[in-house]
Amino acid sequence: MYSQGLDQPGGPPAAGASDAAREAQFLAKIAAEEKIEPKDWMPEGYRQTLIRQISQHAHSEIVGMLPEGNWITRAPSLERKAILIAKVQDEGGHGAYLYGAAETLGVTREELIEQLLAGTAKYSSIFNYPTPTWADVGAIGWLVDGAAIMNQIPLCRCSYGPYARAMVRICREESFHQRQGFDIMMKLARGAAAQRRLAQDALERWWWPSLMMFGPSDADSRHTAQSVRWKIKRFTNDELRQRFVDFTVPQAEFLGLEVPDPALVWDAASGHYRFGAIDWTEFQEVLRGNGPCNRERLAARRAAHEAGRWVREAAAAYAAKQPARAPAAA
Amino acid sequence: MSARAEYVLRLADTSLVLAQQLGAWVGHAPAIEEDLGLANVALDLLGQARLFLAYAGELEGRGRTADDLAFLRDPQEYRNLALAEQPNGDFAQTIVRQFLLDAYQQELFAALVSSQDPRLGEIAAKAARETRYHVRYSGGWVVRLGDGTQESHGRAARALIELWPYTAELFDADPLDESMAQARIAPSLAALEPGWRAAVGAVLSEARLECPPPAAFRWYGKRGEHGEALGHLLAEMQYLKRAYPGAEW
Amino acid sequence: MTDVRWPLWEVFIRSRSGLEHKHVGSLHATDARMAVEHARDLYTRREEGVSIWVVRSSDITASDPADADALFEPARDKVYRHPTFYEIPPEVKTL
Repeated sequence: MYSQGLDQPGGPPAAGASDAAREAQFLAKIAAEEKIEPKDWMPEGYRQTLIRQISQHAHSEIVGMLPEGNWITRAPSLERKAILIAKVQDEGGHGAYLYGAAETLGVTREELIEQLLAGTAKYSSIFNYPTPTWADVGAIGWLVDGAAIMNQIPLCRCSYGPYARAMVRICREESFHQRQGFDIMMKLARGAAAQRRLAQDALERWWWPSLMMFGPSDADSRHTAQSVRWKIKRFTNDELRQRFVDFTVPQAEFLGLEVPDPALVWDAASGHYRFGAIDWTEFQEVLRGNGPCNRERLAARRAAHEAGRWVREAAAAYAAKQPARAPAAA
Repeated sequence: MSARAEYVLRLADTSLVLAQQLGAWVGHAPAIEEDLGLANVALDLLGQARLFLAYAGELEGRGRTADDLAFLRDPQEYRNLALAEQPNGDFAQTIVRQFLLDAYQQELFAALVSSQDPRLGEIAAKAARETRYHVRYSGGWVVRLGDGTQESHGRAARALIELWPYTAELFDADPLDESMAQARIAPSLAALEPGWRAAVGAVLSEARLECPPPAAFRWYGKRGEHGEALGHLLAEMQYLKRAYPGAEW
Repeated sequence: MTDVRWPLWEVFIRSRSGLEHKHVGSLHATDARMAVEHARDLYTRREEGVSIWVVRSSDITASDPADADALFEPARDKVYRHPTFYEIPPEVKTL
């Protein structure tokens, strides 16, 4: 979902009998739940779809460090500060794992980062929203990481080995992220009236953007079918979104907070919550670069990248000066 | 506040201010790996600060917690070394500042392990292990910058010259330092100096950087004589806690 | 302006004595010492690794999946290498 169904499959497979045989073998592997590994033959469309999806996921982790990093210096207790640093550190680590997985497909991290900074690569729309209050840190952990986990667990069974393995690592680390967010919300919800207001306000600002994280509805998502066939995507956008709502509404009730959806209602017959219509124009605007913080996020990443250029060059220059390690004795 | 409590506060505040400074880099470092590296050091320093602050509060005996001491003291009550509160500046400035203090903490914590105060010894033992890694990390970067490109060398050299005067405080024992040394609670600062000069000298030499000439800056943070930067740093750190008195987070 | 490349390294971690090193992923670094430090920060934040190996990705020689048949098939029909191939009478306890 950090790629929100924006990925497009590549063109038709190249003609040729041997390619047809290889493709049949490839699809058989996928059907048998075997992993595709870096040097295996794969359709070009599969490779390109994965590069796009994995890199979008990686970019999302890196950009995602910013809205929460915004509160590291202002966390209201030493413990919260430590937890937040650890969380943002994890996110950087996740970005690194994912760029690593993408690099097994024949791109370099430098190329991918250039695309992000040039504004041509996409990342999850959710990180284009601001964190004006401490409660936003809680809401991000609870809702945004909650939504992410929903998408990431099935990805652990993705057909591409390096991506699946990176996701297993990420999922292991992610559960603390959601819990710390919920913990922050609980403290606020049980605190002073002003703190409860902060929590309610944050929920109202993050609820709908979190639902949009799952991407367009299935009817409007033309490329889901191919990704499902290739076992890159294991569940549809709507399926995951519904699951998220069903899990999260009771949590909001537990906190004593009100979900900002007048149409939200429990439907006993289906065993699901019915919820209101999503404003997809807001989603499109944010994707187009007109969200509240798109410019700031990219500006921050560009500034860090530019300011760090002389540092990266220094490290490379220093390494180049070191004598090459002597070859092992014959 | 007793002499010992005030001494422990000095240790706490240096680690806390440094941690706060490094925290600002997370998400803005030159590479993802350095975001992680700096965050790692910040977390260690923050952990040390919490332990030292809690102990200082206990010694004081007025019921102040680590958070009370961190968030509710004014800048003039802070007892960190002045070197720690010098601005982040560019990566060279941050890393040189870090290295000079890491090398100092390495000597200090190694000596504190055998303090007559077992609690201090315990905290120091854990901190000493962490600091060995910090020195490796920051020292490694001083070398890469000093012996990297012309630009990196220039930035590192400038940072060194700007920060060097603040190192005078590290070994200038005042009456509190002396009474702690007398009681074998803390090492004598003079005893720490040769090790620090050797370690720093070795790294600077490998970095092809020159040790600046002695220049002493004598407004000592450990005596609460701070410049203006600390006020801004603490205002940012403390604002939320102070804006909601008595609230729990 | 193209950015300077930091080479790719593969990371292997032994998480406990007695276990072997496992491949955990890759990272970027300019020298071996940096690679070990980065590996520590990237891959051992939760389980304290006992040992870290880093290898430049370009130094790894990998078998070609296309050769998998030739490399690995012959082992498949030599089932006598597996202990389950042999029927040992139940009275013999320690084989």
